Amino acid sequence: MHILDLEAKLKIINFDHFAATSMRQEVKEAMDPFFINEYGNPQSIHALSDEPREALARARLQAADLLNATSNEVIFTSSGSESNNLAIKGTAFARMDKGKHIIVSKIEHFSVLNAVKSLTKLGFEVSEVSVDKYGLVDPQDVKNALRKDTILVSITHASNEIGTIQDIKEISRIVHENSGAYMHADANTSCGFIETDVKELGADMLSAAPHRFYGPKGTGLFYLKKGVRVMPLIDGGIQEFGRRAGTENIPAIVGAGVACELAKKELKDRTAHLLPIQKEIISGVLSGLDEVYLNGHPEKRLPNNINFVVKYIEGESMLMWLNNNGIMVASGSACTSKILKSSHVLSAIGVDPALAQGSLLISLGQDNSLEDAAFFIKELPGVVNKLRQMSPLYEGIKKENKAQKDK
Amino acid sequence: MPIYSEKVMDHFQNPRNVGEIENADGVGELGNPTCGDIMKIYIKVKDDKIEDVKFKTFGCGAAIATSSMVTELIKGKTLEEAEKISNETVAEALDGLPPVKMHCSNLAADALHLAIEDYRARKEGKGPIGRVETPEHDESDILEHT
Ligand code: FES
Repeated sequence: MHILDLEAKLKIINFDHFAATSMRQEVKEAMDPFFINEYGNPQSIHALSDEPREALARARLQAADLLNATSNEVIFTSSGSESNNLAIKGTAFARMDKGKHIIVSKIEHFSVLNAVKSLTKLGFEVSEVSVDKYGLVDPQDVKNALRKDTILVSITHASNEIGTIQDIKEISRIVHENSGAYMHADANTSCGFIETDVKELGADMLSAAPHRFYGPKGTGLFYLKKGVRVMPLIDGGIQEFGRRAGTENIPAIVGAGVACELAKKELKDRTAHLLPIQKEIISGVLSGLDEVYLNGHPEKRLPNNINFVVKYIEGESMLMWLNNNGIMVASGSACTSKILKSSHVLSAIGVDPALAQGSLLISLGQDNSLEDAAFFIKELPGVVNKLRQMSPLYEGIKKENKAQKDK
Repeated sequence: MPIYSEKVMDHFQNPRNVGEIENADGVGELGNPTCGDIMKIYIKVKDDKIEDVKFKTFGCGAAIATSSMVTELIKGKTLEEAEKISNETVAEALDGLPPVKMHCSNLAADALHLAIEDYRARKEGKGPIGRVETPEHDESDILEHT
């Protein structure tokens, strides 16, 4: 979408970091040598393979370090979606003799929900546990959903829409205490911003996406606990311990490794930087506008996520106006989705579909500042009012309010 | 490549004829079952000509731009001319719309036709028609996991 008013507003504010983050300079510099000079295949025997092989091992160590795993428990994939698919289909295919039942929550990412949907066509059964109005899974509900033939429980660590952080530790404990099922945590949104220590979380598998935390696109991380078995989705050579064949994408893997190292080093600083901005936006927007609501948990939420519902207007038109003011946001409205359905996450927490149309989704990152927050808080009311003036819903409400006053 | 044409952006940012007409001669109000959006078109008719037109829309950028364009296309036209305007006419006048947004132009054209229908119904003493939900349309452009 172009910005018509380019001269007037030069600064672009990215409030959509869940879609894309800019790579860190350190990441790019680490990747650079592996495109042209060190282009060798780590599986070769000759000298060309030496440096790439070493780089691969280093990256695996960096990733393992961030997750508190050992390096032979880390598998590089192509994306967070692939990691989620490997956890779900890989477990399903490896364990179908033990059972065909899988548990997920209602607010999973589509790479989880659609993966289990595909499996149902092969005879697997799926239970979707509900969440409360904040988007929290009750571990007891997971316990109640467990069956003798449950082979896998997959729950998102933190929601990519409403930012709610689940008690994965407790859910893992319950799953392991009451069943033989594997526990997978989808940490594609949380990793790099809050602790994702696999020992602490107690998960058997975990997926993470370095491009979400300033690494390159085209890589994903998959933690597979020693002794846990999944069937590969891509068969071929012995790359990635035979769990994921295909010539390694060394530049991207190297970049992912550095992004992991930076995340580990900066985790506390990142939270300290993001929390005040998040707080400022939430309080500024809620106090500056009427009929706006915050979705997700007030405390148990990622420091970089904000999700509002603005009543009587639609998200895409809001997004387009903000875009014109240099502010890049996302929305969970039906109109913004390519499938013209409003967000399943908002509907799972009980947001009425008409309200979900006014969804405004903000995800913060390293390049945001308190000034960005102030600018956004200043611009939003104008945008909202302009669209409300145009909305037949608002017109009806105004008349109703007036009628009540006149009474 | 931008998602929307410059014309769409122009009509989105400077929508023509926003508002209501008190004592309108015809009102077309449509709800869209696909995404839940609502469009309302008011017309004032004199000597079989659309003398004035206004709209209100709760919907996406394309929905706002198509409603604005529809009002511009029909202002001053005879009812007969206005009736010929289809969603394709509107989309073309905006230099095209992304496939997934074609249904928004349906909404605008349908709301217009409904406003004319409402005008006629009132004239015959049968109106007003009130709000109508559009029928489910062809969703072949919509990608979904099957
Ligand atoms: S009005 Fe919903 S997609 Fe256009």
